[in-house]
Amino acid sequence: MQIQQALQELITKMADDELVIGHRNSEWTGLGPVMEEDIAFSSMAQDKIGHALAFYRLLQEHFGGTDPDQFAFLRNAADFKCCHFVEMPIGSYEFSLMRHFLFDHAETVRYQALALSKFAPFQHLAGKAKGELKYHTLHADAWIIQLCTAGKDSRERMQSALDNSFQLAGGIFEPGPAEELLIAEEIYPGEAALYKQWLSHISPVIEKAGLVLPEMTAPVYGGRTGKHTPYLQQLLNEMGEVFRLDPEATW
Amino acid sequence: MQTITTLQAVYHSLEQVMDPEIPVLNVLELGMITDVKVDIEGVHIKMIPTFAACPAIGLIKENIKNAVEKDLQMPAFVSVDKEVNWNSNRLTAEAKEKLRDFGIAPPVRHEGDVNLDMLVKVNCPHCGSENTYLRSPFGSTLCRALHFCKQCGMMFEQFKPLS
Repeated sequence: MQIQQALQELITKMADDELVIGHRNSEWTGLGPVMEEDIAFSSMAQDKIGHALAFYRLLQEHFGGTDPDQFAFLRNAADFKCCHFVEMPIGSYEFSLMRHFLFDHAETVRYQALALSKFAPFQHLAGKAKGELKYHTLHADAWIIQLCTAGKDSRERMQSALDNSFQLAGGIFEPGPAEELLIAEEIYPGEAALYKQWLSHISPVIEKAGLVLPEMTAPVYGGRTGKHTPYLQQLLNEMGEVFRLDPEATW
Repeated sequence: MQTITTLQAVYHSLEQVMDPEIPVLNVLELGMITDVKVDIEGVHIKMIPTFAACPAIGLIKENIKNAVEKDLQMPAFVSVDKEVNWNSNRLTAEAKEKLRDFGIAPPVRHEGDVNLDMLVKVNCPHCGSENTYLRSPFGSTLCRALHFCKQCGMMFEQFKPLS
């Protein structure tokens, strides 16, 4: 595999993660347990989808990719490179909150690395996104700590959300094809390095919250090679429903 | 028949283009304009969004184009500058004063990095009290956070500091 192709794979998986988690976040609009959470998940959805768009534009401008809207809305599940974690339905609030915490810290370490990338367009994009992401992790950390210290029932539910999420979160760091080429060119540090940094980011919050970090025994891989849960196609059907009525329409 | 124009005329025109979500601030005060050039083709303006996913960016671009074309009677080309990222230090001192008068707490100046204190320690724009707390880092738009003042009992918004 050529470096150009490896780079496209990397951008596609990051963009697809952002788009799909963004859509999942948006499903809390109108359903949040308190109004502030409704607004928070809706705002984060907007940021995530904005970041996905920026990545899809990179594909279009630097790699001869198609129009971002068409790329986002007309592909089938097998052409998506997102991890299973972001595909999972919103479930209970504690699951969505735990996913938000684990995913957004993973995103933070990724953007911190991309801000130093030798691929210049990453520096600009990541430089912008990592400032915005501070508000996401601030939000996640505050709620994790608050709910984990709010009583026995609350803490147990958060621990079980962590136990149910952790192997899925491992799937964020599924190694990509030919990523050693990208590491050699200092385009990004590779998934194993990001995984280590992620652990060091989440551990202080986990500890402060009094949660027990599970062992990463069986990270859920497959998403990066186009193997997905049935939830993804259902999400794509719904997300692209209006777009597919008339793909040529201008809005 | 080329209209004789100056950069000042363009800037004067830009002063009339307000942010659709904060109607007391124009695009210059917000620090959204990064470059203005005038040549034989017309006026070339580069601008940047405050937050990457700002949904108002298309509308603001269009408003800039319309205002400049109307005032200067020549074509205007507005594009997003990909070399510069917005950060909250780009807000002018006048802009911060206007924000406060509008009921939104302005962001404090940062030294390249935003820390927790800058988000949490915010004076109430209504009564000036320091006795406030951060209720949610997400408000009615991407660029605002929600705070509550214990002194005067009012909810208020803060324009978020951004590095």
